[in-house]
Amino acid sequence: MIEVKNLHKSFGDAHILKGISSTFEKGKVNMIIGQSGSGKTVFLKCLLGLHAHEEGSISFDGRVYSKLNTDEKRLLRTEIGMLFQGGALFDSLTVEENIMFPLKMFANQSKKEMLERVNFVLDRVNLPGSNFKFPAELSGGMQKRVAIARAIVMNPKYLFCDEPNSGLDPQTATVIDNLIQEITDEYQIVTVVNSHDMNSVMEIGEKILFLKDGKKAWEGTNKEIFVTDNEAIVDFVYSSNLFKKVRESYLKESK
Amino acid sequence: MNYLEHIGKYFMMLRQVFKRPQKWKVFWETLFREIEDLGLKSLGIVMFISFFIGGVVAIQTALNVDSPFIPKYLIGFATKRSMILEFGPTFTSVILAGKVGSYIASSMGTMRVTEQIDALEIMGINSLNYLVLPKVIATLLFYPFLVAIAMFLGIFGGWAAGILTDLFYSVDYIDGIQLDFKPYFLQYAIVKTVVFAFVIATIPAYHGYYVKGGSLEVGRASTQAVVWTSVAIILLNYFLTQMLLG
Repeated sequence: MIEVKNLHKSFGDAHILKGISSTFEKGKVNMIIGQSGSGKTVFLKCLLGLHAHEEGSISFDGRVYSKLNTDEKRLLRTEIGMLFQGGALFDSLTVEENIMFPLKMFANQSKKEMLERVNFVLDRVNLPGSNFKFPAELSGGMQKRVAIARAIVMNPKYLFCDEPNSGLDPQTATVIDNLIQEITDEYQIVTVVNSHDMNSVMEIGEKILFLKDGKKAWEGTNKEIFVTDNEAIVDFVYSSNLFKKVRESYLKESK
Repeated sequence: MNYLEHIGKYFMMLRQVFKRPQKWKVFWETLFREIEDLGLKSLGIVMFISFFIGGVVAIQTALNVDSPFIPKYLIGFATKRSMILEFGPTFTSVILAGKVGSYIASSMGTMRVTEQIDALEIMGINSLNYLVLPKVIATLLFYPFLVAIAMFLGIFGGWAAGILTDLFYSVDYIDGIQLDFKPYFLQYAIVKTVVFAFVIATIPAYHGYYVKGGSLEVGRASTQAVVWTSVAIILLNYFLTQMLLG
């Protein structure tokens, strides 16, 4: 479980995160949503330790991040898998080398064992046989799947995804969503997804944290989002007519 | 950010760079790749430029010493001294600052803006140590060889220019290059080269690593890296010459 307490982060005079507290549980897809500029990315980067926070605490299964020394922080990071918005695959390495990279750095395995593991995760993301392709030879969706394979190759305890569906067509986006959901269930990991995509939120968001102006404005499940009367989340989610109609019909049915 | 902050940040970066590699096997693999990228791939341009620079130095010296009272062996002597003391180490380093410096800054800058450096950090890898240390070691190991080749080819280029233009005799030139050979000058040149190699690897790495923004900023960082590396080389050249020869 990841526990965030009263998190504050500023850049110069700009106070970006204003006391956010939340918990992200194991085996669940936890979604962070909010408008552009609401502090989602900064929040995610604080969770990942890429930005140092000024106040509050982040603990990973009881380990308070700010109290760990550099080596302990590096060790904790080996338990984290991350799917970046653009994939962040190493351009100069093949798919196989990209996925094998964390294993080469941290796992004391033979080349054969590493190759078996790489092929296993490539099968898991439905990309068998693409070992020797370079990232530039893959489509956006395939790059995301390779990035997921790299993120899970070390059997992480925590998986973070930053806008996993950005730039993907709806069909591929659903494939990526399902993959994230399946991996979370299968490995019982803590998954935190930063997303704008309301389809994803409704589809796989088992817990949703809505940020507004750097504060937690609402927290709940994807079922609760239909019945909540919190103005901030209603304005955000139901700004689209399609979702407005879906909500109305849901509320009618439930009455 | 003012200059002092940049200098402080640069030295803070070096503290992270000079740490024990997390995995030696990966470090050796990366080192050999960097020797190829930063050293071997620069061999052609260095050979080409130093050969012709040597030729130009010899021709210009020959054209400027046409007095019968000045011995012709002076052309070979002057070309040798110029190539060993300045053109070999300093000129080659300025060329490498342009070629290799822009490559390091742009490749690292691209890694930064495409979040590849963040990916390394999240994996628990000391990205500065992983990316920069092999570059520093590769340049420190390989550039003295590169400069030695540049010195040799420059002196050879001077001889070839004399043969092709008939401005001086081969025998005079060879007499000149054998005259008053001081091994200390080679030591001086190698010390300069090693210092410049360090600068060529680290200043562009600093500019690339801390780039913020997109592709335009990567281009700017690359230009700044070349400018500041060249400035550092010229200033260090002055101080090292004063310290070692003054």
